[in-house]
Amino acid sequence: MATVETRPARLRRDLPQWLRALVRPVPLGLAAACVFLVVGSLLSNDFAQQTVAGLAQGTIFGSLALALVLIYRATEVINFAQGEMAMATTYVAYQLISWGLSYWEAFFATLVVAFVFGVVVQVVFIRPVQHTSVIAVVIVTVGLFILIDGLVTWKWGADLKFMPAPFGKTVYHVGGVAFAQQDLGTLLVSVLSVLLLWALFRFTKLGLAMRAAALRPASARLVGVRVDRMLAIGWGFAAVLGAVAGLMAEPAQYVLQPSLMQPILLYAFAAAVLGGLESPAGAVVGGIALGVFLNLVGQYVGFVTSELRLPFAFAVLLVVLLVKPAGLFGRARVRRV
Amino acid sequence: MGLLSIENARLRFGGIVALDDVSLDVAEGTIAGLIGPNGAGKTTAFNVITRLYRLESGDVVFDGRSLRRTPPSRVVQLGIARTFQNVELFPTMTVLENVLVGAHAHARFRRESDLRRSALETLEYVGIERYAHRPATGLPFGTLKRVELARALAASPRLLLLDEPAGGLNHEEVQELGAFIRRLRDELRLTVLLVEHHMNLVMQVSDHVHVLNFGRVIASGPPAEVQRNPKVIEAYLGGDLSSAESAHPVSSAGETA
Repeated sequence: MATVETRPARLRRDLPQWLRALVRPVPLGLAAACVFLVVGSLLSNDFAQQTVAGLAQGTIFGSLALALVLIYRATEVINFAQGEMAMATTYVAYQLISWGLSYWEAFFATLVVAFVFGVVVQVVFIRPVQHTSVIAVVIVTVGLFILIDGLVTWKWGADLKFMPAPFGKTVYHVGGVAFAQQDLGTLLVSVLSVLLLWALFRFTKLGLAMRAAALRPASARLVGVRVDRMLAIGWGFAAVLGAVAGLMAEPAQYVLQPSLMQPILLYAFAAAVLGGLESPAGAVVGGIALGVFLNLVGQYVGFVTSELRLPFAFAVLLVVLLVKPAGLFGRARVRRV
Repeated sequence: MGLLSIENARLRFGGIVALDDVSLDVAEGTIAGLIGPNGAGKTTAFNVITRLYRLESGDVVFDGRSLRRTPPSRVVQLGIARTFQNVELFPTMTVLENVLVGAHAHARFRRESDLRRSALETLEYVGIERYAHRPATGLPFGTLKRVELARALAASPRLLLLDEPAGGLNHEEVQELGAFIRRLRDELRLTVLLVEHHMNLVMQVSDHVHVLNFGRVIASGPPAEVQRNPKVIEAYLGGDLSSAESAHPVSSAGETA
């Protein structure tokens, strides 16, 4: 049978193998976007500033989106309580600081608390319903959302709280561009935590066992992986990522209140779906893309005011999904029938 | 008593009796075949041995020790590894990573570099070292079966359970597989329990054959004897004894279920 080869396919075939993987619509589009951002930043100081601010915000979306993806891969549900868990751990940091710890002492102590919190949530609330149905687990996460929100308001009150700034208020000037230290710090911390987590999954025995448990629980069990334990640890790491997102989101909003993570959770959903739900890299790239895009649109497109940002983000998401239903990095699921 | 014994195992799914008072014994250092028509309970027996299913009554004894209270994730540490009928690899991992997951199970405290080396050696042993760094999806089915075999071997088992290893293989590959299973017994001193529809293979490699039908053991013995057993012929051919002389209860093309 003769196969019809399209012109782009023929061009791609003649390239060396390492290049061939890149000559696809999505990598090409991302590369074009990067070029656009770099050129724009070189031409305009405002543009550069907004891009960096967008990157910082995007990594926060990306961290929380990555937490959602980790849970999705391990438990096959969206954890609707992920944002509230992050918010609660941010309150823990607030409490620790008010007890006299320095910001960074509280930061790392909070990450430990978050890990334990994630493990406990999985063991106590998720494990009992995990084998019943997906809907049951989803309902439980929605219940957790309300429960955590209620508990935090009961313990700390719904009024605004203030935390010390993790990064100085210094502004660096490079050429005519002003970079806020806070944006750079947020960017650094988020990227570092994502990279650490990636290395853990990629290079350690624990990471390998966790991937095995998430991919094929039954056969993982039979090659000796303690699947239940791995899933709990996975929830722990997702909670840690969420805590990083919460701790980085707080200074960006200047105040701490129980609704801290609610808009961010929606952006993280959008980022995760944009990247393709099952793809950790997709979640991070999706988050960053969303952050940068929204900042630039807010700056240059007059009618997208702060009230319109969220609907606008979802409108864009809808368009992307119409073109590529599995998300940018997702693979269409093909099932034999 | 052999390395593995199933003793009076009984298991029902709703109204269907999957295992009905099944007892069988696998002697150390031998290859045992487990055959039977579709739905006879062969894979169920595997799932009982690896503790994915819980018996209603009866017991599975490995190396003198009851498995009744062993969680599935501990079974491999006791020395039982298995492969699956429909290949259950970890799809986004590389071939080497798949094998490493198997190696970690039994070697908690060995150095990572040693583990990688021995995983690569295992891949070499099954003849697929050149695929080590390829993702486990997209490889030919026969190769995937070998990856699964390597993953099972990496756990250094004493008993290897093979669920239809010949399924989807061509004639030459089946011959190679038969020789390979014998090598496992002779070189690695493994005990093998083999579920297979491919009669030629089973009869060639097995020291002992057990036949299941409707969840019951209907025959047990050396291959030549089992092949002549009228009950076995009836189970496969539905009572047509006239073709008993063919000695191949199922066509050698093999069913792949």
